[in-house]
Amino acid sequence: MYRYDQYDQAIVDARVAEFKDQVARRLRGEITEDQFKPLRLMNGLYLQLHAYMLRVAIPYGTLSSRQMRMLAHIARTYDRDYGHFTTRQNIQYNWIKLEEFADLLDDLSKVEMHAFQTSGNCIRNISSDQFAGAAADEVADPRPYAELLRQWSTLHPEFSFLPRKFKIAVIASDTDRAAIQLHDIGLQLRRNDAGDLGFRVYVGGGMGRTPVIGSVVRDWIPVGQFLSYCEAILRVYNRYGRRDNIYKARIKILVNELGVEEFTRQVEAEWAGLAPLGLDAPQAEYDRIIAQFAPPEFDPAAPDALDLSDPDFAVWVKQNVHPHKAPGYAITTISLKPKRGIPGDASSAQMDAVADLAERYAHDEIRVTHSQNLVLAHVRKADLYALWQGLDAVGLATPNLDLVSDIIACPGMDYCTLANARSIPIAQKIAAKFEDLDTQRDIGELKIKVSGCINGCGHHHAGHIGILGVDKKGEEAYQLLLGGSGAEDATLAKILGPGFDENGIVTAVEKLIGFYRSARSGPQERFLDTYRRLGPAPFKEAVYAR
Amino acid sequence: MPRLLTGNRLETGDVLWWTGSDWSPLIRDAVAIGDEGEALLAQLIAAERINDPALIDVTGEPGHWIPTTTRERVRASGPSVRADLARGSLSTDVI
Repeated sequence: MYRYDQYDQAIVDARVAEFKDQVARRLRGEITEDQFKPLRLMNGLYLQLHAYMLRVAIPYGTLSSRQMRMLAHIARTYDRDYGHFTTRQNIQYNWIKLEEFADLLDDLSKVEMHAFQTSGNCIRNISSDQFAGAAADEVADPRPYAELLRQWSTLHPEFSFLPRKFKIAVIASDTDRAAIQLHDIGLQLRRNDAGDLGFRVYVGGGMGRTPVIGSVVRDWIPVGQFLSYCEAILRVYNRYGRRDNIYKARIKILVNELGVEEFTRQVEAEWAGLAPLGLDAPQAEYDRIIAQFAPPEFDPAAPDALDLSDPDFAVWVKQNVHPHKAPGYAITTISLKPKRGIPGDASSAQMDAVADLAERYAHDEIRVTHSQNLVLAHVRKADLYALWQGLDAVGLATPNLDLVSDIIACPGMDYCTLANARSIPIAQKIAAKFEDLDTQRDIGELKIKVSGCINGCGHHHAGHIGILGVDKKGEEAYQLLLGGSGAEDATLAKILGPGFDENGIVTAVEKLIGFYRSARSGPQERFLDTYRRLGPAPFKEAVYAR
Repeated sequence: MPRLLTGNRLETGDVLWWTGSDWSPLIRDAVAIGDEGEALLAQLIAAERINDPALIDVTGEPGHWIPTTTRERVRASGPSVRADLARGSLSTDVI
């Protein structure tokens, strides 16, 4: 894992000191809320329905046990004993007090963490593949490049006041576990026939009000030049992105208005001037960072066999454990979607337990997924049973990864001031309808994603079934969308028909799943594949026919 | 329709309701605001100690106010999915 050097820590310390002073001035009444609001947002501090909400950055979703314990400490000390892991691989706290904020920031900075650039019109937390460094299908660990992007984008003076927020994701395999085509910039690390590494560059993807699948603007940029290429993209966006209309300000609108060809031409022209200036990191810096992501020393004698005689353990292994590139090891996903739970929430005791288990069984490393789960990426198969027992003891062994109850849900109107409707109760009600695990496994892979407003933090446009909360004369209503995917076969979900109330949307999902089970070509055909094969008409008939 | 004055405390972010002389975290303590509402709101905005002050519509009667919008009912009662964090003066059942 990457550890801060003196410069990283100095930047955080200086920024924390600056914001602590701004908080103190606001509390003393020396600056107004209008003056303070953009400052607090740049430091991840929102005012939500019930209290201040703090979003803490978790770069590319990777945490050490020490950092996870600090997140637990913050939940216990400054919040109400829990946190909410987000679709941007971050964590949010819902009950923060401004008057305690200075101490909180000091605590975070002790473990090389902070909250800046988790809001505001800047480059946000860089996201990546939760299986990075462990997946058998990756060409290299993508996180050193995500870390370079983090360093480049941190307090970047030219890109601190962009037309709108900007999100970048980096992966290194053909399987897309980070939804890169739905990002402002999506980077896929690849290896060419000569064995060199380079990136395919997608630009202009995104969800929210205007969902768009990103376009390839360059099929190959050598790794040694990708930073200056990203700089060129950001420069074109910063110069020509619209600032007159917040709803038209994302880069996807610029790409659409210019056309991909013209946008690409402008980026290439900008880059031609930038590339010779030495903006890219020298090889020694690449080497320094890559060395910090060196894989742990895997035991070549680690046994590959697994005792699956405990049926509950066997189910968990089948559902939540993935192959690892090293023989005798496995990747495990910890579901944060327990029965009757809140998607993405974890108590401080659970965070501490995961930290302990990661230390004992997973080389001291934890990942947060954009699906609001956690991953322990390097676990000896011989330790899986003990790990599972440890997770089960704290309610974290739910074997439902990618099943109908593994639902993404934003905080919705239970917490969020932007939301039009609640998301969490919808997720809970749907999950409760399919509580039986055998039923869930029979249904198979089904990604339901719920957003409480058009901003789409719940990724409803990428859901096999997407649900969007809307306001109907002050009351909650829900639109139903079908056919989305955030994977390598990215597609945007489309609205199926008229909306529903809270109970109606749950019944509609039941009908959809009932129809799917009757119409699929076989148990291996996923919900999404059946939808793609048959089209929306029979699904619409199943939901709306009287 | 009765209106209540609400906002969030600067120091803590807590949801507050105007009682006629002070602020309370419980909507049942709130008093209906008459024509003086806009003037009160202007004072609060100028004082800069209460964030997002607003007048909201409610039904019911003193001690049993129910906001007309789902959003304000959630603000008054607490998150509907965490009964343990409910504020106590308005049941999450009304959401």
